[in-house]
Amino acid sequence: MIRFSQVAKSYGDHVVLRDLDFTVAPGEFVSLIGPSGSGKTTILRLLMTLEKVDGGTIEVCGDYLSHKKRGEKLVPADEKYLRQARKRIGMVFQQFNLFPNMNVLRNITEAPIHSLGVTRDEAEARAVELLEMVGLADKKDAHPTQLSGGQQQRVAIARALAMRPDVLLLDEVTSALDPELVADVLRVLREIAASTDITILCVTHEMQFARDVSDRVMMFDQGQVLEDATPDKLFNDPDHDRTRRFLKAVIDRA
Amino acid sequence: MDWSWEAAYDSIPLLLKGLLVTVEITLLASAVAYALGLVFALIRRTGIPVLSQAVTLFIEFVRSTPLLIQVFAIFYLVPPLTGFTMSPFVTGVVALGVHYATYAAEVYRAGIEAVPSGQWEAATALNLPRSRVWTAVVLPQAVPRVVPALGNYTISLFKEVPLLLGIGVLDVLNRAKEVGAETFRVVEPYTLAGVLFLLVSLPASILVRRLERRAAHS
Repeated sequence: MIRFSQVAKSYGDHVVLRDLDFTVAPGEFVSLIGPSGSGKTTILRLLMTLEKVDGGTIEVCGDYLSHKKRGEKLVPADEKYLRQARKRIGMVFQQFNLFPNMNVLRNITEAPIHSLGVTRDEAEARAVELLEMVGLADKKDAHPTQLSGGQQQRVAIARALAMRPDVLLLDEVTSALDPELVADVLRVLREIAASTDITILCVTHEMQFARDVSDRVMMFDQGQVLEDATPDKLFNDPDHDRTRRFLKAVIDRA
Repeated sequence: MDWSWEAAYDSIPLLLKGLLVTVEITLLASAVAYALGLVFALIRRTGIPVLSQAVTLFIEFVRSTPLLIQVFAIFYLVPPLTGFTMSPFVTGVVALGVHYATYAAEVYRAGIEAVPSGQWEAATALNLPRSRVWTAVVLPQAVPRVVPALGNYTISLFKEVPLLLGIGVLDVLNRAKEVGAETFRVVEPYTLAGVLFLLVSLPASILVRRLERRAAHS
């Protein structure tokens, strides 16, 4: 489904990812954990085409994401190609990033109508379904500013799902929330993980959640995969001392 | 100094006629400035080669030369060069409109830059077409924020309309001059012209300040 090959990314002199290789199978729920600055969020941003790779290639569903084929050669993708590639991918952000000038319903229907070409009636019916799923059916006419952070994030999840992505990227989606609001968001995510076959990449510091829902957990350190294992193995019996220290630090903090 | 209330009173009808022209020019030129300023800002933002630089150069040029010279240039140079004549009124609207468009462009730029990058990223993640990102996401957030600043420019534009006296537009000041020439009394009409400006720009300033406060709250 997703394949990173020798991916490199730097910001100026700061190397974020180096020679990164990994794959994700269709329908997998993969959690990305690790200290901040280890490149987890950059991986999601590359997949969402918000950033470009400096080296290497990314494939999604067998198609190159950051490059397109011209004959036998690979050339950097142009905007038209990227628009096609992005169709398969949805993202939920740490800061929600709802559109404050639109009500909840329009936040969700805007992209299906104007990007996928779905009719308004169809988009609204689907939006109401999704709002029911995230427990906010009564908020469809509210404006984002009238919602709590947890509610905004659930709307953002509905908005991403409205595009029917094959891959969903979750970028620290509970990090900006008050502790008592985290549970509602995680409950929605658990339900999505259980009831859909969407491939999910989840950058998170919620270790209990990662342990419960993930098929696989990848521990990152300094731009590389330090450890890649089932949650059971990674949390109970990690191979690396670095992983053990990281987990201890996170759990002590919580 | 002798002040004649009668002369003052008699000058009022003509002055009001002039005020109407001043206000008309202010509103039309503002509309030109707001629309053209947005076009300038968008062209610069999209960074289309050559066109973008040309706009930047044009903005610098307009801002670095006096408005009155621009008025004269449009009035006396454009017709022989293009064969296209404009009335003093239309010339005034164009000159003030284009001049203030260069300021409005800067205001829009700031407003657009104030839209958080997360909004652009969400729009990209949702694969919205570029045109839709602008019309549905960015501008609806940027424009309300800049309304007070644009309003301030409209007020200063209003106060610059008397420059058009130079090409014979019959604005308040020109009417005051006319009254003076007819009655040989200059103090009353000029004073009243000043008062009329005050009566319009003062409430307008208060309105803009209110808009500013509201924009700051939201």
